[in-house]
Amino acid sequence: MAVKNLLEAVRETLHDALARDERVFIMGEDVGARGNVFLITKDFLEEFGSDRILDTPLAEASIVGVAIGAAMAGLRPIAEIQFADFIYPAFNQIVGEAAKIRYRSAGGNTCPLVIRTPYGGGVGGALSHSVSIEALFYHVPGLKVLAPSTPADAKGLLNAAIEDDDPVLFLEHKKTYRLIKGEVPSGNHTVPIGKADIARAGRDLSVITYGLMRHFAVQAAEELIKDGIDVEVLDLRSIRPMDRDAILTTATKTRKVLIVHEDNKFGGVGAEISAIIAEEALFELDAPVRRLCGPDVPAMGYSKVYEDAFMPSPERIAAAMRDLAAF
Amino acid sequence: MAKVTMPQLGETVTEGTVGRWLKKKGEAIAKYEPLLEVETDKVASEIPSPFGGIVGEILVQEGDTVPVGAVVCEIIETGAGSAGGNAGAQTAAPSSHSTAGASSASAAAAAPSRISSAPPAQANGVRYSPAVRKLAREHQLDLGGLTGTGRAGRITARDVVKAVESGASVRLSPSASSAITSPSARPHGSAPSPSAAVIAHAGEDDTIIRLSPMRKTIAERMVQAATTIPHAWCMMEADVTELSRWRDREKAAFKAREGVNLTYLPIVVQAVCRALKENPLVNSAWGGDHVIQRKHVNVGIAIDVEEGLVVPVVRDADRLSLAGLAQSISELVDKARRRRLTMPDLSDGTITVDNTGALGNIASVPIINPPQAAIITMEAVVKRPWVVNDAIAIRSIMNLCLCLDHRVLDGAVASRFLSSVKKTLEAYP
Repeated sequence: MAVKNLLEAVRETLHDALARDERVFIMGEDVGARGNVFLITKDFLEEFGSDRILDTPLAEASIVGVAIGAAMAGLRPIAEIQFADFIYPAFNQIVGEAAKIRYRSAGGNTCPLVIRTPYGGGVGGALSHSVSIEALFYHVPGLKVLAPSTPADAKGLLNAAIEDDDPVLFLEHKKTYRLIKGEVPSGNHTVPIGKADIARAGRDLSVITYGLMRHFAVQAAEELIKDGIDVEVLDLRSIRPMDRDAILTTATKTRKVLIVHEDNKFGGVGAEISAIIAEEALFELDAPVRRLCGPDVPAMGYSKVYEDAFMPSPERIAAAMRDLAAF
Repeated sequence: MAKVTMPQLGETVTEGTVGRWLKKKGEAIAKYEPLLEVETDKVASEIPSPFGGIVGEILVQEGDTVPVGAVVCEIIETGAGSAGGNAGAQTAAPSSHSTAGASSASAAAAAPSRISSAPPAQANGVRYSPAVRKLAREHQLDLGGLTGTGRAGRITARDVVKAVESGASVRLSPSASSAITSPSARPHGSAPSPSAAVIAHAGEDDTIIRLSPMRKTIAERMVQAATTIPHAWCMMEADVTELSRWRDREKAAFKAREGVNLTYLPIVVQAVCRALKENPLVNSAWGGDHVIQRKHVNVGIAIDVEEGLVVPVVRDADRLSLAGLAQSISELVDKARRRRLTMPDLSDGTITVDNTGALGNIASVPIINPPQAAIITMEAVVKRPWVVNDAIAIRSIMNLCLCLDHRVLDGAVASRFLSSVKKTLEAYP
């Protein structure tokens, strides 16, 4: 298998899907002539033509709205929101329309739409290029929310999303694009939606996380094993549907759970995870469920000091792990 | 390791005397929880801990005087990163001294993200995690015999697993094992369940009657009331001869006019309302560290139904006429018999009237309906030889019994209240 970074894995997957399936097309801001701001779709316009690589105005509601119509008419659109920070104008199209189409038409229509968007901080993106949006969307029935953290999972889940008959919000953490490298299976590799991945097996406590934090958690766990503390790291990969079985299995196994995410703490994905554990596995717990998350402030600042204060780091995750291990 | 120093208690004070340590070595302490008392020539003050953690070495003994700024004790901080991998090494001998009250207060004061430093799962081992309790129950293990390796000597699930694996288990007898879930392990403030009491075992020829939800509720509330409220009892005799005659004269007309029977119950409720106006403290509830005096007078009426006992409430009973009271009570009785009472019908009572006389009783000791502070009974009206103006007469007598929550009320106010009810009934109409 070839080693690729996450950005290359996404690019390869998009390219192969366009080549494989004529129904697939890409639309978004700067996806054509510019080849995407991260150069993910570089040269796609020349190869696949302007009918399948569509540069759009700066109008997110229209990008998603047009894509919904195309999806209902039988195509497989991949809409790109240039940065997750700009998705809000499309909120109504995603939540009010796309997520409800199957239900409101009693299964008569589906909406096989993929919305890709880069999210997350740690790259000096400041106020409007650092946001995490998963908690705003994972609440919505009818919408799938994926957040892969490795190049292989990015490929496997993006293929699964394109094949899925319902709308999928596909979140790509900006900092993982070039930072994270790994072996990527060739061909039409897919990963089932809704299945978590044990990134590291352990017996003393469990970290449940996703996205960039998976890598920070594994890094912290490798520090702690030097002191004999053996940490299990569960990467959700799919935020909705959420893998309840995997969450309960790891909670029951180690009896101590630390949830880590970069998104704000209040009402975040961690709240649902801890509620699942409280409802289903209370009598297996040996410690209160803990959460290490971004602070409840409106945005990540540009200053490195502010950014560092916002982002959970491997050091802070390690400290939280030690604290829970000692409980 | 953080150091606690002798504080400067006043601008001119240069030294302080340790009066009393409020925490022992090895005990958990939350930030700002009282740690010691310091006496100066001017005052004695409680000193809050500047750190959260475990009390380490105590360096100044009670009665000793040291200069301001001298280290008096050490605190092992339990914040991020301090614990290290070897949890066992930091375990000081856990004290058996209960700090339940202090710890619950400190838990409320601590920052939510620092659960570890405030001990909701009690550090000195009196509270166990759900996993520990489950494992102990499964393996019939006496947790008292284990040494904990968790923070501040907490017994962890791993400790239990290890003990089971090593075979060094201290088995409990079946009855003793229930102690794990007995009242001492309950969260603060929840009602004791009937199962915590002595439990009888059925013989072969006994019949087992399953508990209806109502029976279960009655059982729980009675245990709660009887075990948590200090009851006191008093009784007065009311001469209701005139009232009885008036009622005999009026009842036919009343029925024709109002559509409901004129019984003694609404009359007593009316007398109770009047007595509450004169003694408003009786219309109160115990609030933990205060007494809540209720503005509304909502009188609960104890009603027997097939499955047990219900106490629906006549709201603002003090604002109703006798006919209004009779009407309301009649409706509640009807609803109770047809099982049509709703939660609002059963909520917010401030005192209860129990018509025990309807069943022929002449004296009873009722249990207070919490969170009320008093319950009054009206006993059977019985003709008795009675001394009136130094002569023996035959009079109709009704006993009135009152049980009071002695935390809220004392005998004097209770007697004034009861006496007022008696006077109203004797002066009727």
